[in-house]
Amino acid sequence: MQLFNLIRIALKALQRNKLRAFLTMLGIIIGVGAVITMMSIGEGSKQSIQSSLSSMGSNMITIMPYNNMPMPGGARMSSSSVQSLTEDDVNKIRTNVADVSAVSPGVSSSGQAIKGANNWPTQMQGVAPSYLDIRKLSLKDGVNFTDDQVRKSAKVCLIGQTVVTNLFPGGENPIGQVIRFGKIPFQVIGVLNPKGQNTFGQDQDDIIIAPYTTVQKRILATTYLHTIYASAVSESRSDAATEEITQLLRENHRLRPTEEDDFTVRTQAELISTMSSTSTMMTTLLTAVAGISLVIGGIGIMNIMYVSVTERTREIGLRMSIGARGSDILLQFLIEAIMISITGGIIGVIIGISASLIVSSALHWPTVISESAIGLSFVVCALTGVFFGYYPAQKAARLDPIDALRYE
Amino acid sequence: MKKNILEVRELKREFLVGSQVVRALKGVSFSVQPGEFVTIMGSSGSGKSTMLNILGCLDKPTEGDYLLDGVNVKELSRNELAQLRNRKIGFVFQAYNLLPRTSALENVELPLLYNADVNTRERREKAMHALELVKLADRFDHTPAQLSGGQQQRVAIARALVNEPVMILADEATGNLDTRTSYEIMSLVQELNQKEKKTIVFVTHEPDIAAFSSRTIMLRDGKIQKDTANENVRSAKEALESLPVSDDY
Repeated sequence: MQLFNLIRIALKALQRNKLRAFLTMLGIIIGVGAVITMMSIGEGSKQSIQSSLSSMGSNMITIMPYNNMPMPGGARMSSSSVQSLTEDDVNKIRTNVADVSAVSPGVSSSGQAIKGANNWPTQMQGVAPSYLDIRKLSLKDGVNFTDDQVRKSAKVCLIGQTVVTNLFPGGENPIGQVIRFGKIPFQVIGVLNPKGQNTFGQDQDDIIIAPYTTVQKRILATTYLHTIYASAVSESRSDAATEEITQLLRENHRLRPTEEDDFTVRTQAELISTMSSTSTMMTTLLTAVAGISLVIGGIGIMNIMYVSVTERTREIGLRMSIGARGSDILLQFLIEAIMISITGGIIGVIIGISASLIVSSALHWPTVISESAIGLSFVVCALTGVFFGYYPAQKAARLDPIDALRYE
Repeated sequence: MKKNILEVRELKREFLVGSQVVRALKGVSFSVQPGEFVTIMGSSGSGKSTMLNILGCLDKPTEGDYLLDGVNVKELSRNELAQLRNRKIGFVFQAYNLLPRTSALENVELPLLYNADVNTRERREKAMHALELVKLADRFDHTPAQLSGGQQQRVAIARALVNEPVMILADEATGNLDTRTSYEIMSLVQELNQKEKKTIVFVTHEPDIAAFSSRTIMLRDGKIQKDTANENVRSAKEALESLPVSDDY
């Protein structure tokens, strides 16, 4: 009841000086608006990176050969020429690692794909049928190859959209057609759904997928693997799966505890967090800059409240003489400051949201307005009001009514 | 014998200015009974302002007692003093001290905002009633800038009346007004004293004004020089009528 009266008093005091109250508010409005806009742009870019990465299969684990030991003579070797991964590793992972739901060997070869008069330089991935699940690829047309075809090193393949466009410019159905990769003819049994570019700008549709045995025997003439692709049962288990795979492969490769791994295990989650951390850093930076403007807005409030206390010294004296206690005066000025900052905060939130919407529609930047950003900036600006309003209010409350009444 | 509204006993007030002790009041005793209209007079430096501050519960005596409506001010805390001012004293200042850009009614309501026992409807009614007493009910929505000096002072008097205080304490309330307007104000004050039986303590240095009161206390160098009852109180209304009619009006 008493507080209600004080709110009424503070409100009337602000009404007496509307323009000044608004100008004071402006600092907070700009600060809060900037914080929300920056946070929503940051959050938007983070989420777009995450979604594009997880479209590649967020549970995916990639195992690649790695050797840090120089060869005799001192030269180090590229990972593709290190022959440490074998089919046996794949089978061990499949049977022994509980946190892995699918695993596929991987070999790749670059070459020229030819169909009649058309040719196209592309990459052939030799994998197991489970690769489609691991990479979250799907077929637009046709069928996947089978384990039986893998056993027989069948000359069948699945092709990506880019390959289709370049080898079949006339638009005929590629299913059942025979194309050549290098010198080897392959029958096209499926066409992949287009996926577009990945985060790194690589065309994910410029690919031919074939059984790994076919690529190993007929093209590369090797028994080693370039990569092992695996899929963790869930994104949260991918760290555990990494651990188990590392353990298993070290045993399988008979590495002594002092020796380094001759392979590396990377999870997609790791990649996501690396990519996200860049954008998080950017967001933090921008938000910090915006936060500074919020603090400056707060200092603006403090400045105006000090001026206001000095200017209204006689009013304070009068209020005290007619029965206002020190605490009433303190609360009145504090409420004035908080009202300025909260009203500014509300307007700032509205402006921040509108600015994010304008940015996303005009510049086509992804923005995500998070409730936490709104809540946070709101709490911060209310605290700003309390913090920067307290000292001027205390100054007012400590005035001696006799001096205040005589103040010129 | 009637209960005293004010009772001042051997009141002393000393200030420390630098290393020097300034004795503003050197032992003052008097009492005021309900319905009295007392003027406290004195030249500057007589201790008049100090007396006013103590009577208004804005300051406490160094020595001696001051009882307002039976309450000894000495024993009260800062907050209790504030409450006492709110409930028992109505201040009228020389410079009116109205809130700018605020209607007369809201200015009058102000003391009641600091009284949690009064609700919004009561507050409005009481403020309207107080404005009626000072004959400004028709100007309730005017801001101070739209009122003349005399009208502003009448709003201030209404503000002093609104909490039904035991005493109205006026500090040079006519100091900023011309003769005619100050007579108008004095006639209002006399009316409040006689019809509404309000106790009034009026601090002034104008002998002219003191003539309208029923008793005058003259301070000099921190002591009471004279405390005299006024035998023939001058009527402010008659004084107003006897003024030559000016062309300005």
